[in-house]
Amino acid sequence: MGIQYDPAAMIAGIPDGARIMMGGFGMCGIPENSIALLLESGQKNLTIVSNNAGVDTFGIGLLINNGQVRKMISTYIGENTVLEKLLIEGRIEVDLVPQGTFAERIRAAGAGLGGFFTPTGVGTVVADGKETRELNGKTYVFEEPLHADYAFVKASVGDRKGNLFYRKTTQNFNAVMAMAAKKTIAEVEQLVDAGGIEPESVHTPGLFVDVVYQGANFEKRIEKRTYRTADR
Amino acid sequence: MKSGSKKERIAQRIARELRDGFYVNLGIGIPTMVADYIPDGMDITLHSENGMLGIGPYPTEGAMNPDLINAGKETISETPGSSYFGSDLSFAMVRGGHIDLSILGGMQVSETGDLANWMVPGAVVKGMGGAMDLVAGSRRVVVAMMHTSKDGSPKILPECTLPLTGVGVVTMIVTDLAVIEVTKAGLLLTEVAPDTTVDEVREKTGASLRIGDVREMRFAS
Repeated sequence: MGIQYDPAAMIAGIPDGARIMMGGFGMCGIPENSIALLLESGQKNLTIVSNNAGVDTFGIGLLINNGQVRKMISTYIGENTVLEKLLIEGRIEVDLVPQGTFAERIRAAGAGLGGFFTPTGVGTVVADGKETRELNGKTYVFEEPLHADYAFVKASVGDRKGNLFYRKTTQNFNAVMAMAAKKTIAEVEQLVDAGGIEPESVHTPGLFVDVVYQGANFEKRIEKRTYRTADR
Repeated sequence: MKSGSKKERIAQRIARELRDGFYVNLGIGIPTMVADYIPDGMDITLHSENGMLGIGPYPTEGAMNPDLINAGKETISETPGSSYFGSDLSFAMVRGGHIDLSILGGMQVSETGDLANWMVPGAVVKGMGGAMDLVAGSRRVVVAMMHTSKDGSPKILPECTLPLTGVGVVTMIVTDLAVIEVTKAGLLLTEVAPDTTVDEVREKTGASLRIGDVREMRFAS
């Protein structure tokens, strides 16, 4: 099937228990419109793969509050106190992965690799039970690829071929996650015709994208408003 | 001296480890304060692991942009020559040894340079973020921390008792009291703060210290 422009049917068709990747770092570059649709559809027992778990009142936090998430695979969850409470009560499962290993496991999945050896986490709990290998005098631990059924990504601009462009620090995990799922749903702030993005500026080529659509509204919350007064 | 100004002093001392042309990653807390003491005219490029090289100062209030944050989720600005990229490339830079210096906070450091800074058993686990990658891959790792815990117990120990972030990864420890280098022969005390003594540093350190040519700690301004 060719590229589609309406996410509603695909998101409504996601089964309970699916594994879904969601791009973003903190609140920056998160797929807020696709999260809203998933919230409406109400699937349960989801595994969400995302760097963070949103905050109590926004992002993935909304899905957690709605009881849709069984497991998070993340690198840092410190900004969500609801999740902390559920974790203490044993009502949600959390797998914590070092951030570079997390990114590379996702990349390996998208790039068709069976895993890789990394120096990260050697000698720590992260390496417990995993194969290690010495290469040129340095110890590495084996990490497996991290796949998903769906990826929800967010880009600044998308064209009707599914090519995506990300502004400033919004690329983060979006581009790599777009590669790693069976189906990738991309919401964009601006949808343009093919040719509307300079070919050299495409970050995610459209072959990785199954649905591209213009988000209805983007709240784009700022997690920590830090600024200087003009004279500093 | 208040702990705020002690922390400033740690940041000021660490700033003296910067060298022209360095690519540097600053962790959250005291390490972030090092950016305020980069010597004038020195070319330092700050790396943010969420996908940016060339972090600038905090923006003015009207210029805050939700699309531009650092790894602490704070709004920041870009500088001429900044670049943006994805998280996979960002950590390729880290693991590949392309970051000259990483500065991180610490809970415990061992005499062989093991670092614990991400997890306290019994407390809620928040996650290691990028810390394990940064210590495993950066060319130099400087730990910025208070010399002892709030209850006075030592944080520099023969072995860490908390879960590790990395094994044998720390190159230098800078505290409110001292500068200690991690060498193959163990910990080497090289500087003490102006208001303390070698004996006080020894007393407040849980691991054995070799005493080098100890100088008074100096600070960038």
